[in-house]
Amino acid sequence: MAKITYIAADGSARTLDVPDGESLMEAAVADGVPGIDGDCGGNCACATCHVHVDPAWLAAAGEKSTMETAMLDFADGVTADSRLACQIIASLALDGMVVRTPASQH
Amino acid sequence: MATRAIDFGPERVDEPPHLAAARARAYAMPLDAIDVLDPELWRTDTHWPYFERLRDADPVHYHADGRFGPYWSITRYADIMAVDTDHVRFSSDAHLGGITAKDMDQDFILPMFIAMDPPKHDVQRKAVSGIVSPGNLAHLEGLIRERAQAIFDGLPVGETFDWVDRVSIELTTQMLATLFDFPWDDRRLLTYWSDKATADETVPGNPTKEERQNIMLECLMYFTRLWNERVNAPTPGNDLVSMLAHNPATRDMVPMEYLGNLLLLIVGGNDTTRNSITGGLTFMAANPAEWAKLRANPALIESTVSEIIRYQTPLAHMRRTALVDVNLGGRTIRKGDRVVMWYVSGNRDERVVAEPDRFWIDRPKVRQHLSFGFGIHRCVGNRLAELQLKIVWQEILKRYPRGIEIMGEPGRVPSAFVKGYTSLPVRIPA
Ligand code: HEM
Ligand code: FES
Repeated sequence: MAKITYIAADGSARTLDVPDGESLMEAAVADGVPGIDGDCGGNCACATCHVHVDPAWLAAAGEKSTMETAMLDFADGVTADSRLACQIIASLALDGMVVRTPASQH
Repeated sequence: MATRAIDFGPERVDEPPHLAAARARAYAMPLDAIDVLDPELWRTDTHWPYFERLRDADPVHYHADGRFGPYWSITRYADIMAVDTDHVRFSSDAHLGGITAKDMDQDFILPMFIAMDPPKHDVQRKAVSGIVSPGNLAHLEGLIRERAQAIFDGLPVGETFDWVDRVSIELTTQMLATLFDFPWDDRRLLTYWSDKATADETVPGNPTKEERQNIMLECLMYFTRLWNERVNAPTPGNDLVSMLAHNPATRDMVPMEYLGNLLLLIVGGNDTTRNSITGGLTFMAANPAEWAKLRANPALIESTVSEIIRYQTPLAHMRRTALVDVNLGGRTIRKGDRVVMWYVSGNRDERVVAEPDRFWIDRPKVRQHLSFGFGIHRCVGNRLAELQLKIVWQEILKRYPRGIEIMGEPGRVPSAFVKGYTSLPVRIPA
């Protein structure tokens, strides 16, 4: 399990206990975290789960696949710390991670 | 997730007679005789049982004698997702045939990024995606709403009229004219070009291939004039033509490429949204309990819009061409084969979608439909389309608490690609 903190565009924060093996997108959608849509159900195919990972946690979040890079290419407001939340899978190694969600996914 | 009991077979209770007859035919014929590209199936809205049978019996099905050449039909949600997200092995390239079951005219290739592979696709897509950026959409919302209100204000009450012409076409055409900053009085030309660009010459009544190409060239001439007027403007306008004329990625396009990308936006933004506006009205009228639910809770509008787009599936399919041999669902698709992803079938796949034939405005996972495609070609305009539909339903809720009466059967487009309506007689209760 990992405690993940999602900071919304308005600055409000919410911390969720995400079970091992679940993606940061799934946990966010299940809990109604604002700013995450997850239109493709986690197939890395819609880029509506775009988040900015706190720089301190970028390395822990792992490498992007070529598909993730391709999809992020079309998302709005992409920066060096952008990731797709459906491609980050919770584990103890991510306990305490902080991500920022955009105002909306378009 | 709750799923409907899978009850494939030739019988089903409470089905309208035309569908029951189609079901009987669909289950009686040999699988190899099924021709889901037959425009008649789409004009009569009887394609459903054929897809249901394919999904169950042969979800990756090879049609050796397709009317546009042999092709594979991919009919399950998961397989469609697999193909759509695999742009490395499945190409959209116009030179290999492009993105519809019917090959693009190889002697009249219109380069448009929907029918390109990376890296060129990516560069051109980025050049236009700004028009639908959050900032621009927020700016457009007010305009679209004002224009929608004017259209609704002008509708007759207590009198039958054609919803397709008066509302769906008018609204989407005005939206496009706004995006292009197109001369207002000529705006129906956009509708005309859009309809002709996708008209299949093998269907009686449609223009011949040569006529169609001439119409496209007229469109090019018109837009070339707009380009020339705008390319030297000291401050570039915020319209699509100016964006294309000023963006380094697109400003050196050759004329056919300009035409291709214009048509992509005109077709993309036009009949898809138009047919969702019409479809939604028929779905709501046929499901009074859903209408009551929406009236009681207008916060369901966003979810309603997604459900309308799933239920309509305005583009019934997209096509790819295999670049290498691929194993899918136990079948081997060969390099060079034509692969048709039937979104209209995947959106009704009982393996993934709960009670798929039910129009259910607050269904679980309502946004996870296939209508916008997935992967790098996923619809650029999806938020704009949703915005327009949201505005339409907000206005309907505000104005017509008793709903809108459907006065007759809709006319349907005889096309296995553009799934839509030619007419819908309606009446606003006095
Ligand atoms: C309900 C309305 C709409 C539906 C159902 C729809 C559907 C689609 C589909 C299925 C694709 C191809 C996806 C794929 O191959 O994976 C697509 C691509 C596209 N759509 Fe839409 N569309 C709609 C509205 C719009 C609007 C309003 C616009 C324009 C403003 C638009 C512009 C485009 C463009 C430019 C592409 C090409 C994207 C690419 O190849 O990267 N669409 N759309
Ligand atoms: S949910 Fe679609 S890309 Fe992450």
